[in-house]
Amino acid sequence: MEKTINNRAWFMVLPVLFLVAFTAVIPLMTVVNYAFQDSFGNNQFFWVGTEWFTDLLSSERFHDALVRNLIFSFSILAIEIPLGIGIALCMPKKGWGVPVCLVLMALPLLVPWNVVGTIWQVFGRADIGLLGYFLNSIGINYNYTQDPVAAWATVIVMDVWHWTSLVVLLCYAGLVSIPEAYYQAARIDGASRWAVFRFIQLPKMHSVLLIAVLLRFMDSFMIYTEPFVVTGGGPGNSTTFLSIDLVKMAIGQFDLGPAAAMSLVYFLIILLFSWVFYTVMNNAGGEKQQYAGEE
Amino acid sequence: MARIDLDHIRHSYLPSPKSPSDYALKEVNLTFEDGGAYALLGSSGCGKTTLLNIISGLLTPSEGELLFDGQPVTHLSTEARNIAQVFQFPVVYDTMSVYDNLAFPLRNRGVAEKDVDAKVTEILRIIDLEGKAKRKAQGLTADEKQKISLGRGLVRSDTSAILFDEPLTVIDPHMKWVLRSQLKHLHKQFGFTMVYVTHDQTEALTFADKVVVMYGGEVVQIGTPDELFRKPQHTFVGYFIGSPGMNVLPCEVEGMTARIGGHSVPLPVGLDPKKVAKKTEVGIRPEFVKLGAAGEGLPIQVDGVEDIGRYRILRGKMEGTALNAIVAEGVSIPENPTAIFDPSQTNLYADSWLVGEEA
Repeated sequence: MEKTINNRAWFMVLPVLFLVAFTAVIPLMTVVNYAFQDSFGNNQFFWVGTEWFTDLLSSERFHDALVRNLIFSFSILAIEIPLGIGIALCMPKKGWGVPVCLVLMALPLLVPWNVVGTIWQVFGRADIGLLGYFLNSIGINYNYTQDPVAAWATVIVMDVWHWTSLVVLLCYAGLVSIPEAYYQAARIDGASRWAVFRFIQLPKMHSVLLIAVLLRFMDSFMIYTEPFVVTGGGPGNSTTFLSIDLVKMAIGQFDLGPAAAMSLVYFLIILLFSWVFYTVMNNAGGEKQQYAGEE
Repeated sequence: MARIDLDHIRHSYLPSPKSPSDYALKEVNLTFEDGGAYALLGSSGCGKTTLLNIISGLLTPSEGELLFDGQPVTHLSTEARNIAQVFQFPVVYDTMSVYDNLAFPLRNRGVAEKDVDAKVTEILRIIDLEGKAKRKAQGLTADEKQKISLGRGLVRSDTSAILFDEPLTVIDPHMKWVLRSQLKHLHKQFGFTMVYVTHDQTEALTFADKVVVMYGGEVVQIGTPDELFRKPQHTFVGYFIGSPGMNVLPCEVEGMTARIGGHSVPLPVGLDPKKVAKKTEVGIRPEFVKLGAAGEGLPIQVDGVEDIGRYRILRGKMEGTALNAIVAEGVSIPENPTAIFDPSQTNLYADSWLVGEEA
């Protein structure tokens, strides 16, 4: 069959192109533009070359925020992924328990970010919060506004509470797609529970896990609202992540140039890490899963 | 290898079955002889997979006893039964190599690596996958995957029986023949007891020494292909086996004659007058319906003739009931044909069950 070549098809793409241009490309270009200039009041701009970038890359403030953010992202990945797999494995496969579990799991995902922050902010307060009051009453000195460790613990536990469900739901979707015959064959082959997990369940969850890791990494690396509501980046700068720092710089100090340079570097870091995760996990699983057609 | 006995096995998927219709398996008494090749044949939902899963231990029957070589195994776990099963869809462990797939059942049982290697190498040769031993199982074709599933059963020296649950469903037609003949060859070579579930009559008849036909949760007939063809014990067997299936015509019985509408057909057997049957039918294979000119036999209304090469199938109706006849090549079909039934091949059914010759 011969392909019809019809350039008019491009017109169909125009509306989307227009939309994307206005919502993404043009703002991004503006940011790029700012990144190479210094701004003063009265809309005066001066070309500064790569000065903001060299400043940024040697700035201790940026390094600290980046390291904090990396520690945060890897901590929540290290907790949420195994925990999510574990919960998904425990969930019932049929019966009335399935909808109940699914609804329970979906609930945290439906709560808006700032509400999650507020919930935990109140929950953790030593005077009126259930958690804060309880911890202090059993002798643990817990105060997230003064103690960096408590602040970190709160932010991490909050993220785990909010987002583990996503990992659970993705893993569960992977698990229920495994035909019963695989488990039966494993029983006949005398496989242990661990072998079933290692050779049947994990390989089948591979592609959804990849999505889970990517989503959770990107989201946690860009986290803003929840820690901002709970700790405001404090105490001191101990929970100031990149996005909080960026907003401080851009809105608080109105340093548009350095903030623009930071945005671009920030963006590239996320892109780089996502690519690394994608490549590593895809190679670890061998060839791509091609099962859809056989079931 | 072992003999398998099913003693009054009943199974229901409901927690407290009451009426017979609650049972997926009504009552099955069967013996699979050691080293036999059996096919379980029946349409979808007749209970054949249920029966297979009971043998392999994936299901525990609601009632009855299962014996391997006379030893009760009803409540033994699957792992303890030394059964191998090949499923409808090939089950392979994707991330393992072909070699590791075959080694898996042995390693799980703690067999020494030296023995594992010897056995796996042997099986690789038997299933003809030596060249792909190091390949990942994931990228293989469906028939190769199915061979691996079979290989995982063969690799264990203590396997009592190998069960097949419609194993050729996803295999390309031309590979089906190849795999089936390889399987037959392996069976001859190793002599394992083999139970093969299928709904494909050709597969069952070419493959098995004995075919077990199931219908509605019951075993309706066990027999050689020839017995199933000539003396179907139940109208379902007659209908299910043969292409086209047996003609089943409602009739009334008077002594040794059946009356279909206003016409008489001689019967090889009569109906025991003491027996009360709600429904009586005459069954005759299309192969044994001869065509005659008007007045020679029973009138048929012809709907069409299909030429399928070696012979033709005349499709028609007699007294409103469908009737097929096979017409050999070179035999002309008379105008307004009538059907003449070969009396020795005419079967009488009372309430769907064959009326036997009076002994």
